[in-house]
Amino acid sequence: MADLFTTYVVPVLWIALKIMMIVVPLLMGMAYLTYAERKILAAMQMRQGPMVVGMYGLLQPFADAVKLLGKETIIPTGANKFVFVMAPMLTFVLSLVAWAVIPVSDGFVIANINVGVLYLFAISSMGVYGILMAGWASNSHYAFLGGLRAAAQMVSYEVSMGLVLVTVLLTTGSLNLSQIVTAEHPWWVSLLLFPMFVIFVISALAETNRSPFDLPEGESELVGGFNVEYSSMTFALFFLGEYMNMILMSGMTSILFLGGWLPPFGIAALGFIPGPIWFALKVCFVLFIFIWARGTMPRYRYDQLMRLGWKVFLPFTLAWVVLMAGALLYNNALPGM
Amino acid sequence: MSFAKSVRSFFLVELVRGMALTFSYMFRPRVTLNYPFEKGPLSPRFRGELALRRYPSGEERCIACKLCEAVCPAQAITIEAEPRADGSRRTTRFDIDMTKCIYCGLCQESCPVDSIVLGPNFEYGTETHAELLYNKQKLLDNGDRWEAQIAANISADVKYR
Repeated sequence: MADLFTTYVVPVLWIALKIMMIVVPLLMGMAYLTYAERKILAAMQMRQGPMVVGMYGLLQPFADAVKLLGKETIIPTGANKFVFVMAPMLTFVLSLVAWAVIPVSDGFVIANINVGVLYLFAISSMGVYGILMAGWASNSHYAFLGGLRAAAQMVSYEVSMGLVLVTVLLTTGSLNLSQIVTAEHPWWVSLLLFPMFVIFVISALAETNRSPFDLPEGESELVGGFNVEYSSMTFALFFLGEYMNMILMSGMTSILFLGGWLPPFGIAALGFIPGPIWFALKVCFVLFIFIWARGTMPRYRYDQLMRLGWKVFLPFTLAWVVLMAGALLYNNALPGM
Repeated sequence: MSFAKSVRSFFLVELVRGMALTFSYMFRPRVTLNYPFEKGPLSPRFRGELALRRYPSGEERCIACKLCEAVCPAQAITIEAEPRADGSRRTTRFDIDMTKCIYCGLCQESCPVDSIVLGPNFEYGTETHAELLYNKQKLLDNGDRWEAQIAANISADVKYR
């Protein structure tokens, strides 16, 4: 009995606790990401943003949540009920499970697996299914078009994103996210990685269907895109999923390019601030870029979006992989050599 | 696309410039008001909710000349009148349909005794249509409630008339 306790019950409780420690701050962060987005966009447009609910509107996310929960879930007559309800759940769950491999601090990761990058990539590719299912199951032209666009867009940008990942992996020699963070490399490698960082952030915008690549939602021509038929909790799950994906992509960016939980630019004097705080700050920084881009740029046209993905990013990242590999090989800086 | 333009678009020059502009806008003062708690200035000539005024003695100003009823282009005003016990001519009924009113101010212009005025109040939304069908009592109450501001507005504007 004692054996069962120490080998099964304690580890399960420990894992549950770790999951809670990741998920609860994540959900809170998500709630306040919506608030931050509204406030930052308002500031960029010289408005005030939400001001009424709570001090400076700080309770607005909760008011919105309560409002959404109190509404009625409407399932359209022609919709495939099962798929219609499953789609938002899938989107939300996928945006959460990816956090299993994200190292928040040194050793603080739920599953420290050696194929973390592949896992993350697989999960973020699965995200398209939620949107496709929603678009198809809604039995609405607008939703269907939104779903199709989402599929095309996410598939195209995943290709260049994969190549960006390859360049990062070339410099680290590991698929383990914690090792990617701690990997040491010479200064010129960081310089060479900078364009990849830019491309990764832009691809992340496309991957999460954020402005200026928010064609799947495209409210000006598709009403609301794939989530036009959704209401109440099903809509809330899509909404949560979108913001969760934003946080996930920011987390990925900060791990791959910004040094995760380490102090920025390797300044050891800042090491007294704990890792999770640095990680959160870096995630916030990338999230700010996401919102900033939304406040600046109009939406892409569909063919422009495809052209950017296939005719600019793909050749460029491909060339950069070759260049990076060549540079590393020439300088004997390939890891493991 | 020319070479220079390609280079510029490749290095995201215009995007970075645009982002810098939006970033600088974040630190400009806000142009919006926090409305229910903060209100913008109103002109003395502002034409808001209708009101019937009284003399300082408490006697109502309206003498039932029906000029406002005649001039009202939306025909929002209905007046009935008969002599009062002391012989003065007074209205027995003074109804204004606020849902018909177009806030042109002609009634105020036509009034010989400054009785009917468009006051400074614009926050009188109601949940039902019937609440916006004002009768004489409601209009007089409005006048009593806003008299201070109405009088101030009229005296501020009188030199331009």
